[in-house]
Amino acid sequence: MLLKDEVGMLQRVPLFSGIEPTKLKLLAFTSDRVSYSAGQILFRQGDEGDAAYVILSGRADILVDSDSGPIKVAELVPNSIVGEIAILCNSSRTATVRAASPLEALRIRKDHFLRLMREFPEMTIEILRVLADRLSHTTADLIDARSAK
Amino acid sequence: MEPSLARYIWTHTRKQQLWILMIVVLSMIPYFMSFNLPKLIVNGPIQGGGFEQPGATQPFMRLNYNLPFIGEIQFFSGFQLDRKETLFALSLVFLLLVIVNGLFKLYINTYKGRLGERMLRRIRFDLVDRVLRFPPLYFKRVKSAEVATMVKDEVEPLGGFIGDAFLQPVLLGGQALTAMLFIMVQNFWLGMIAAVIVAIQIVLIPRMRRRLIVLGRQRQLTARALSGRVGEIVDGIGAVHVHDTSNYERADIAARLGLIFKIRFDLYQWKFMVKFLNNFLAQVTPFLFYMVGGYLVIQGRLDVGQLVAVIGAYKDLPGPMKELIDWDQDRQDVQVKYQQVVEQFTVEGLIAPRIGALTIDDPDPMTNPLSAISLSIADDGGAMLLDRISLQVKPGETVALVSTATGGAEALAEAFARLNRPDSGRVASGADDLLELPEAVTGRRMSYASSDVFLFQASLRDNLLYGLKHAPLTSVTYDGAAADQHRWSIAEARRSGNPDLDIHSDWINYASAGATGPHDLFEAVRRVLDAVVLSRDILDLALRSSADLTRHTELARRIVELRAALRTRLEHEGLSGLVVPFEPGAYNKEATIGQNLLFGAAAGPELADKALAANPYFVSVLRQAGLDRTLYEMGMEIAEQAIELFADLPPDHQFFQQLAFMSAEEIPAYETLLQRLKNRPHEAVSESDRAMIVTLSFAYIEPRHRFGLLSDELMSKIVAARNRFYENLPPELQNAVERYDPAKYIAAATVMDNVLFGRVGTNHPDAPDRIRSIVYDILDELGLYAELLDVGLDFNVGSGGRRLTGGQRQKLDVARALLKRPDFLILNRPLSALDQRMQNKVLRNVLEEARRDGHSPAIVWVVTNPAMAAMFDRVIVFDSGQLVEDGTHESLLAGNGIFKELLS
Repeated sequence: MLLKDEVGMLQRVPLFSGIEPTKLKLLAFTSDRVSYSAGQILFRQGDEGDAAYVILSGRADILVDSDSGPIKVAELVPNSIVGEIAILCNSSRTATVRAASPLEALRIRKDHFLRLMREFPEMTIEILRVLADRLSHTTADLIDARSAK
Repeated sequence: MEPSLARYIWTHTRKQQLWILMIVVLSMIPYFMSFNLPKLIVNGPIQGGGFEQPGATQPFMRLNYNLPFIGEIQFFSGFQLDRKETLFALSLVFLLLVIVNGLFKLYINTYKGRLGERMLRRIRFDLVDRVLRFPPLYFKRVKSAEVATMVKDEVEPLGGFIGDAFLQPVLLGGQALTAMLFIMVQNFWLGMIAAVIVAIQIVLIPRMRRRLIVLGRQRQLTARALSGRVGEIVDGIGAVHVHDTSNYERADIAARLGLIFKIRFDLYQWKFMVKFLNNFLAQVTPFLFYMVGGYLVIQGRLDVGQLVAVIGAYKDLPGPMKELIDWDQDRQDVQVKYQQVVEQFTVEGLIAPRIGALTIDDPDPMTNPLSAISLSIADDGGAMLLDRISLQVKPGETVALVSTATGGAEALAEAFARLNRPDSGRVASGADDLLELPEAVTGRRMSYASSDVFLFQASLRDNLLYGLKHAPLTSVTYDGAAADQHRWSIAEARRSGNPDLDIHSDWINYASAGATGPHDLFEAVRRVLDAVVLSRDILDLALRSSADLTRHTELARRIVELRAALRTRLEHEGLSGLVVPFEPGAYNKEATIGQNLLFGAAAGPELADKALAANPYFVSVLRQAGLDRTLYEMGMEIAEQAIELFADLPPDHQFFQQLAFMSAEEIPAYETLLQRLKNRPHEAVSESDRAMIVTLSFAYIEPRHRFGLLSDELMSKIVAARNRFYENLPPELQNAVERYDPAKYIAAATVMDNVLFGRVGTNHPDAPDRIRSIVYDILDELGLYAELLDVGLDFNVGSGGRRLTGGQRQKLDVARALLKRPDFLILNRPLSALDQRMQNKVLRNVLEEARRDGHSPAIVWVVTNPAMAAMFDRVIVFDSGQLVEDGTHESLLAGNGIFKELLS
């Protein structure tokens, strides 16, 4: 997959969809293309978050530790992003991500990502918009859940 | 040191000075003869004196002396020569005297030059010898750069002066006096004129020069302070940048330079003022000679020959006079310099020479307990660090010194290491005062390491073995020219009062490390490095450096085996995808295009980096392979992409690290280049522009950069070009590149690159770590671990060890202390740069390593954390300079004292 295809993929990620393609290209160029075989761990719960991953091809499982071993809570498909919370705030990983099939991903390093946000405010506003949107959905969900009780 | 320079010189060079004086006196004879000769030539053959009759002859070289009591004796009646012959003969004698005088001068100058250089060597050695014997406290007050500048620069003029110290006044005084006397003999009044002028010079000039001496002293002090400040800036460069004080430093240096400029310019002005006056006085004299002397000739009271001779002799008077006055100035100047230096080097409490005397044989072990007896130590400000402490450390005992912030345990450790002198009380080994023991005992039977580590700018190995280099243990045999050179060195060293110890001898005391020679020393080294957990760091250094193949032959010999083992192992673990190996007939996708083309390591500047694309032979190979246009177009594409991506970023942006093709500074140049070359046919582009563009393509790696520029056809073309490149490699490039050969070690590449013989895939984030640990495993399996460690030991630690981390430096210091296998091991917060977990690990290892093979040294360890005390036989607690608790760990825990408080 070439750089320009990766830019296409990034555009389909909601967090990046509003950002202009030249910036996305820079983001893609400065990110590492990484590949994993099935069963390999991208990161572990509790690790320090140093990068976000955009899945380019293949699938991955999101696992959360419990008393009875890891439980799968969600699955990642191409065009999805994982670990973005950890690179925006200094929290540790809240779940483990494991490749479920041969996996290609774009690894966006935290310092690069933050640097880009600082450099290009229009991109930051775009990301803020997406996050605020998410927050309002979560709040709405929470209200629904509370009132349903 | 001898405070008077003249006496210092006289003491050490008496014989030589007398010899050279004698030669100088001897040289006066032909010198005087050459004065009289012009008169003889002018009055005799030229003006015809004695040749009044045609065909008259005069005796030449007649030797007759009028001896007292015996009367006149004629040894030789001489040749009879006519007027012309006499002219030639006398002129030839003149020439002969010129040659003889010249030869005398040459001999004298050479002799005194050598004398001066020897004395300079002696003074410098004496000074450094004193530095080695300064009491430890003194070093808190001096700047190293100032001491260095005193030894190096300030005594330098002494060397030039020493040869002249006694000689110059005699020689020049003699010459001046000769000239004076000669003038006097010719004509009393002319002589008086010269004498008066000389008297004025002698009185006036030194007076004027007094100011020069004052300025000279100021110049010396300001220059010394400057070098001290420069040294401080270099040492404290971190602090300068951290606090944004570089402009403060600039201001300080500028102010100092301004002051130095002022002093130097003042000096310059005065110097030329004095010179002017001196020259003027010298030139006035001939004026008087012409006037008065001419008047006397006209009056017939002086003949022309005499006047010519007087003027000729006078020509030789101002020279010596001026030099004599210069000499006097030099003398005062050098005396001042010498005094200034001697003052700085005269220190109370200098360590006696016998303490540091050379001892070849190893001393007996220290079997007596080490004790502090009513020991008090104060710091520079007078605050008490230790207040009348008495304690005893028995041989074989392990003691933890626990201290509150103001406890004073560190001062005790320093006192045991003799780095801090007691203000009252004493430290002792048995009944002997520890300070009176020779260093040959304390430096070999005791070891000390602290958090404040000093490493020399040398290899890790040299620094580690430094603690074993007490005395030259072997005598090296030299043959041929080297033997002559060696004999000369020894003789010269003795003449300058330097020791003749051979630096090339083997100084390493293998026995004290528990080894018998170089072959099994490595085992001991490895064990101490393992003990301080430094081996892994050194192995990492080794992998990243290129091995010296003259020393590490084994690595090169078994490289094929190593590479095969790595492949098998990677396959076995299903990791073959991690490394893409170099194969002579295939394109390596994980390597750059440049690496694929060259397929070798550049061993010289001709084919390295940016020079590759401009190398004419390489360019011709690309052309023949039909690659020149393709790579040019590829370079243009890369330039466009890179500029599109990076053009709006500020030049210091960290993303530029990702851009392998060009640096931030080059972007504007490429931008204009791209504008210019766009739409221009390939043929019309100049050679250098082409190279600029093509070189971009050389850094391209498809899987990493993902521009989609590499096709199968291109790859096979590149492999073909690679072969073509090596087929016709011109002889001048034979040594500029080492071709990748699966069966050969590449000297110009790092050890890691050699073992891998390929490139690690870019898309496996943890690949480098996994591969490194696999490589270590393999090296260990093949028995090459020691060899690799040895490669790592070649690493140069940099100035003050700054190429190592603080933790690594401290570990190395502990390893160095351990390697000696001492009877008393004193460790003063030795691992403060490490985290607690690592400190505990090293502590455990060190205790174990120190007691290996039935050794049982006493260990005194000032711990950074009271919890560490649990591993020791005995715990001593200090608070406010007092010893407050002393006992086993258990007993102190059971008590309710400070120790328990510190632990909680």
